[in-house]
Amino acid sequence: MIKLEPRGERSTTMAYLSPLLAAFLTMLTGAILFTVLGIDPVDALITILYVPISDTHGIAELCVKTAPILLCAIGLSVVFKAKIWNIGAEGQLLMGGLFGSFIALQLIEAEGFWVLPLVLIAGVIGGMFWAGIAAILKVRFNTNEILTTIMMNYIALNILLWAVHGPLKDPEGYNFPESALFGDASLLPILIEGTRVNFGIALALLAVVAVWVLMSRSFYGFQIKVMGMDAGAARLSGFKEKRLTYFALLLSGGLAGLAGVGEVTGPIGQLIPQISPGYGYAAIIVAFLGRLHPVGILFASLLMALLYMGGEMAQISLGLPLALTGLFQGMLLFYLLACDVLIAFRIRLKPKKAKTLQPLATETQG
Amino acid sequence: MDIDLITNILYAMIRTGTPLLIVAMGELICEKSGVLNLGQEGMMLMGAVVGFIVTLLSGSLLLGFLLAMVAGVLMSLIFGLITMELSANQVATGLALTIFGTGLSAFVGSDFVGKPIAGLDPIHIPVLTDLPIIGRMLFGQDLVVYLSFLLFAAVYWFINYSRPGLVLKAVGENPHAANAIGLPVMRTRYLAIIFGGAMAGLAGGYLSLAYTPLWAENMTAGRGWIALALVVFASWKVERVLLGAWLFGLASILHLVFQGLGFSVSPNLLAMLPYLATIVVLVILSSNQSRSRLVAPMSLGNPFYAKS
Repeated sequence: MIKLEPRGERSTTMAYLSPLLAAFLTMLTGAILFTVLGIDPVDALITILYVPISDTHGIAELCVKTAPILLCAIGLSVVFKAKIWNIGAEGQLLMGGLFGSFIALQLIEAEGFWVLPLVLIAGVIGGMFWAGIAAILKVRFNTNEILTTIMMNYIALNILLWAVHGPLKDPEGYNFPESALFGDASLLPILIEGTRVNFGIALALLAVVAVWVLMSRSFYGFQIKVMGMDAGAARLSGFKEKRLTYFALLLSGGLAGLAGVGEVTGPIGQLIPQISPGYGYAAIIVAFLGRLHPVGILFASLLMALLYMGGEMAQISLGLPLALTGLFQGMLLFYLLACDVLIAFRIRLKPKKAKTLQPLATETQG
Repeated sequence: MDIDLITNILYAMIRTGTPLLIVAMGELICEKSGVLNLGQEGMMLMGAVVGFIVTLLSGSLLLGFLLAMVAGVLMSLIFGLITMELSANQVATGLALTIFGTGLSAFVGSDFVGKPIAGLDPIHIPVLTDLPIIGRMLFGQDLVVYLSFLLFAAVYWFINYSRPGLVLKAVGENPHAANAIGLPVMRTRYLAIIFGGAMAGLAGGYLSLAYTPLWAENMTAGRGWIALALVVFASWKVERVLLGAWLFGLASILHLVFQGLGFSVSPNLLAMLPYLATIVVLVILSSNQSRSRLVAPMSLGNPFYAKS
């Protein structure tokens, strides 16, 4: 008989091992799935996890894809630490892309170093605006942020679709739902010549460092962590719960907005309906997988970016549906949650005993 | 606005509200047992894709609906195992269920996008169905709509008048007290989760087998989430879920109303309305903090770990 036994205190070792175990189990399940589908599992896993990054071009693309995921996830790590469930990184990302595009399209002819910062700031404001609405609703009206942020993801997508079909559509674009191409001054500079690696990944890494300093070295970060662990204790200590909620949500919204504007001014270069293949949702998995820790999130973002590339590669060379990425993402999160039980519990193998009637008194202790 | 338009709007309101009503009934029972399953969207999508594929291959709508429910149940069991046996966080696990269901359904259904099937047809009763205004709404729907009426009556009776319903509520309010007096907490919660899965599967099947009838990736378009909001909107009361589902049905077909009135509004902006309405409703209902704490099942979202 397998039995779960409380450890008494949380195991730090298991907290770090659990994501690795989850990644391993996901790969194992994937291998079984491929075998069932009649595909050589080793070949398939190599195609998904190694082939996409087997050359410098692949590594460069990995950086391009990591940037938005990392930005969203690092922001989410702050709100999740505060036990605020912002599921709306996707919508905040889209609003960032939309706001940034709006400014970039006004400045399409403009020259000068000031154009890009302005566009980026507009994107950040877009994301903050969208998260700010959820923050106001939560703080002022006590509205569940899970449901409001999810709803606002759908609203953001529809606003984006409206914009590219309407006011922001390129008048010379043959009626395609796309904006005009941005001017050069609004595009993120390329970091490495000959690749698509742009300044976005540098911004993302900067955000990681900033959030790390905030959360581990500042009083604000300390207050956010305390609020997440024990809201009552935070209140008794005189921490301003409402202000911290605003701060955490605006920060994560702003970073998601930056991710969005980084996509339209980076690899895309214009506003299109598909800015994000679900980066904002993937970032939720990344934040958990990275244990809400900046370094963990960095590695988890790389893995998630690789999964996106691997999905595309599997579609091209194995003929599998692109949805493979989503399937792997879901499995990864499930296995992580399941493995996390080992943080608080240990597995005990017990010889199977005949069922004995227990006295009622011991059952009612809890 | 002419009579025909009103007739059609009332008809479409009920029809559009039906999947919401079915999922919300399942989620209501689930939440009454103290379990918050945010995976409705994932379970619905699996129901939709499995129902569609089964009907396409077998030609049987009944089999499609049944296996859609089975798919929903299997999905809910994953949620049940992880939250109950492994005491994982219900919010995170529910989210995982939605992400997993979205991915898996898209993966399984990728070869079936856009394929046509003969969906479930609305019934037609001579004279009655042809009545103006209420004819199509009451006598011209498909069988699942009538089934949802029955479902509503059954859930209403179950929660308010039956003994198992009382057990369900006791478990949801205080699982430790319920356990102490010998009520089967785990079994009750499992059954509630399974019922929720079956209903989500059925609602998903309704979308792909009757409402559209087509399979498309992510075709539930947030209905699972709206159903979650509906339960809050209804303050966990069965009759208000019914009202809410039809109101949201109306909000989702407002483009018909606008067309009828001769307004031209961007379809994308109109598509926002159900989501916007959800937020507005949530804000109105939750702004009274002490009240919203009283109406929700006390142990909602808290894992139960029986110490033995």
